[in-house]
Amino acid sequence: MSIDMAQFHQVFFEESFEGLDAMESGLLNLDMGDVDAEEINTIFRAAHSIKGGSGTFGFTAVSDFTHVMETLLDEMRDGRRQVTQSAVDVLLGSVDCLREMLTAIQDESEVDEQSVAEHKKALETELANGGSQSAVQAEAVPEQDDNTTEVQSLPAQGWSIAFSPHQQMMQSGNDPVRMFRELKELGDLKVSLDLQGLPDFQNIEPEDCYLSWKLQVQGDVALPDIEDVFSWVEDECDFAIQPLMQEEASDGSSENPPSAPEKQSAVSEPAQSSTKKPAPAKKPEAKAEKKPAAKKGSSSIRVDTSKIDTLINMVGELVITQSMLSLVGEHFDISKLDQLKNGLSQLERHTRELQESVMNIRMLPISFVFSRFPRLVHDTGSKLGKKIELVMIGEQTEVDKTVVEMLSDPLVHLVRNSLDHGIEMPEERLAAGKPEHGTVILEAYHRGGNIVIEVRDDGKGLNKDILRTKAIEKGLIEEDAILTDQQTYELIFMPGFSTAEKLTDISGRGVGMDVVRRNIQALGGRIEIDSELGKGTIISIHLPLTLAILDGQSVAVGDERYIVPLGSIIESINITEDQVNRVAGKGETFRLREEYLPIVRMHEIFNIQSAQAKRLSEGLLVVVEGQGEKCGLFVDDLLGQQQVVIKSLEANYRKIEGISGATILGDGSVALILDIPGLVRLSNH
Amino acid sequence: MAEAAVTNEQESLDEETRLENAVQFLSFSLGDEEYGVDILSVQEIRSWEPVSRIPNVPAYEKGVVNLRGSIVPIVDLRQRFGLKYMDYTPLTVVVVLQAQSRTMGVVVDSVSDVVDVDKLTIQKAPDFGTKVSTEFINGLASVNDRMVMLLDVEKLLKLEGMDEDNE
Amino acid sequence: MATILAVDDSASMRQMVSFTLKGAGHSVVDAVDGVDALNKAKSQKFDCVVTDVNMPNMDGITLIKELRALPDYKFVPMLMLTTESGMDKKQQGKAAGATGWIVKPFNPDQLLKTINKVLG
Repeated sequence: MSIDMAQFHQVFFEESFEGLDAMESGLLNLDMGDVDAEEINTIFRAAHSIKGGSGTFGFTAVSDFTHVMETLLDEMRDGRRQVTQSAVDVLLGSVDCLREMLTAIQDESEVDEQSVAEHKKALETELANGGSQSAVQAEAVPEQDDNTTEVQSLPAQGWSIAFSPHQQMMQSGNDPVRMFRELKELGDLKVSLDLQGLPDFQNIEPEDCYLSWKLQVQGDVALPDIEDVFSWVEDECDFAIQPLMQEEASDGSSENPPSAPEKQSAVSEPAQSSTKKPAPAKKPEAKAEKKPAAKKGSSSIRVDTSKIDTLINMVGELVITQSMLSLVGEHFDISKLDQLKNGLSQLERHTRELQESVMNIRMLPISFVFSRFPRLVHDTGSKLGKKIELVMIGEQTEVDKTVVEMLSDPLVHLVRNSLDHGIEMPEERLAAGKPEHGTVILEAYHRGGNIVIEVRDDGKGLNKDILRTKAIEKGLIEEDAILTDQQTYELIFMPGFSTAEKLTDISGRGVGMDVVRRNIQALGGRIEIDSELGKGTIISIHLPLTLAILDGQSVAVGDERYIVPLGSIIESINITEDQVNRVAGKGETFRLREEYLPIVRMHEIFNIQSAQAKRLSEGLLVVVEGQGEKCGLFVDDLLGQQQVVIKSLEANYRKIEGISGATILGDGSVALILDIPGLVRLSNH
Repeated sequence: MAEAAVTNEQESLDEETRLENAVQFLSFSLGDEEYGVDILSVQEIRSWEPVSRIPNVPAYEKGVVNLRGSIVPIVDLRQRFGLKYMDYTPLTVVVVLQAQSRTMGVVVDSVSDVVDVDKLTIQKAPDFGTKVSTEFINGLASVNDRMVMLLDVEKLLKLEGMDEDNE
Repeated sequence: MATILAVDDSASMRQMVSFTLKGAGHSVVDAVDGVDALNKAKSQKFDCVVTDVNMPNMDGITLIKELRALPDYKFVPMLMLTTESGMDKKQQGKAAGATGWIVKPFNPDQLLKTINKVLG
């Protein structure tokens, strides 16, 4: 039967990438002064697994490359080699190289042979220095035991075997009969039993073997094939093989076995393909900046089986409740009303629990996002010549899978900024009375239905004056604009803003921050920044825990129903005409505490004829906020609050300004979910 | 009897060719004109249900409905084609079409029939003279002495400004 | 056919072994490491055990040793999957009570042949 191995490839790639991540973080965690044995072991095992898998699935180049890494790591874990920084660096580089190889194979694109050759050379060089075993062992060296008895490999007649299992042989699960069966497949088998070793009946241990045999295998049989049959038990038995002489073959009489049983040599291993020579250096195509290993096939998800078990249990409960309700409904009369109510409330509870469970399945720990940072900080720090320590807190905080995917790049940008513009050079820090090591803290925690991720550094902080000046220069704000500290810091989110004296290739041209904010907002979140000159900066990202479900406030405008995201509602108020300011060209605004906010008349911008309230005093003002913009939505009425499942409007239709999606209400009708910034834009026209 | 045998053979050959060249269309009417859409693009036929209005879109985009969990837009074909608007009656029908993984419902006066049309007899659409903009018409077919205008469902489903947004 | 316990910390290997053996009509239970395997072996009797050597929590050789201590598993064939051609792992395995070994990388046919060999 031939099996298509390709079906296992995807899993192999996934687990290999995970293994590489584990190797990387393990290597970064290694403390040269005090090497954790278990850590080295883990790194070794990861390499070993990748080598084994790649060999099994036919990725020979990968297997060969990994073999060298594995050899290096093996020596380290055995204590035959000291763990040095240079070895770790070489291994880190190899991990990158391996990642690229696997990505290329997975993508079916070209592997960068030159890079592979270079890294392999570096590994081999490292192996040659230090450590008590310098040479790289080729994977399989056919072993020849010097005690091989002189036997011809291919006698025409066959072989005579004397076989005496040791008493305990069967206790390793080896059964002589099984071996005889194998011999039988090689040629004609004659077996003769020797009972000499059998003790008196009362002394027999049923689990022991006292028997021995003389066997003859006739035919054109190769010696290695015979040896194979006994290869597993060579330490557990005595056996000797002799070529079968002509007369023996014909009359089948057993020849006395040689008096001293001889052990046979180890079975020679099939020689495996020797390490391939690196392909001749092809003209390297513009070696583009190393792409970060994009995780392919991210449409699958690893789930803790306990979560699945919980789900199964809940579905079970749901089924029970449902059949109970069926029963009640079958011959319903008013006397069963209480049962019905009970059943319905159970149903509501189970459905809610089920919903929570399902949402929970898509939750991944944020460590998936955080995991790339130790390496990033390590490499960037070295590159910049700065000493930076990274502290990560709350890595187990769970977040929706989509959030994990979309948070990665923005977070990288923020951390890079901290490293580049935030943390000062060691001399500067010392001069300022700070420790030489800068610290960057990445922290994640849940707060009130949101997940909060903070990037904190103890660098030089933001200079309000410089920010303000720059913004005025770029025409982003008026000269006399009055800004709170918060608003001043938030200037860095404006497109086209950058105060870096020199543009480094680390954090780019400052075009990143506005993109970062937009990305965060696209996820339904917000980003805040706080700073103290000379002390440091804190950037905090607030994101909804899940993207597919929204807590919404239903509002009525005429016959239409809209959903306002609960998180965006500041408050709902009644206002009267006299609270409204009308400024020519700027529409209506109302005063809320310190600010003047625009009024958005829903029925006007959405052209709703059936609207009830035309005068402000007749309706309600829902004060909302989105993307830093606040406004008051003028609606007829507030209806209930509910959790709604967000459905895309764009899948079959189009993007509508002011609408972020749709949902299906309990009665099957469709309600549109409002997009606050869009509404503000609409009302400004 | 040999003659009969030959004719029978001929007939069954004709039948075969007919089947090979046949395309099936769902025909429906708008006013006194008949139109057809490839039966393979028809997902289902429903009667008119109230829709949820979408603000600030062309008048012929009536709104959206919930179709088994998906949000599907409903377009009034009469208005789309610039025909006179007519009130909806209990006979008003919504034909749910799909093309290129997009689904949309179109409101028509009534649905007539599923017709077989021989591909070879389909005529090119004229450049003028039809009420409906020719960009939507793939061809003309003659069915039972009536002219049926065969519509290009993909073009139909592409609403103004849709693809740029969906990029 | 037989019920086989397949132990490997690599999911792709487990899948391959499982698929291969099931295809031949055997029934297969997976385990991700020695601890998992030992638990499963205690609650169900297997006709054969195939295990990787290098695994977290409990390696294959220790697993075999532990299994041999269980009365049900005194004579059950237990095979090690080992990438190492060196004798030491094999000797350790044998000392722990392994029946034999299969050298990685192996192809499905080799696996089947060996399994069928020990199952008789």
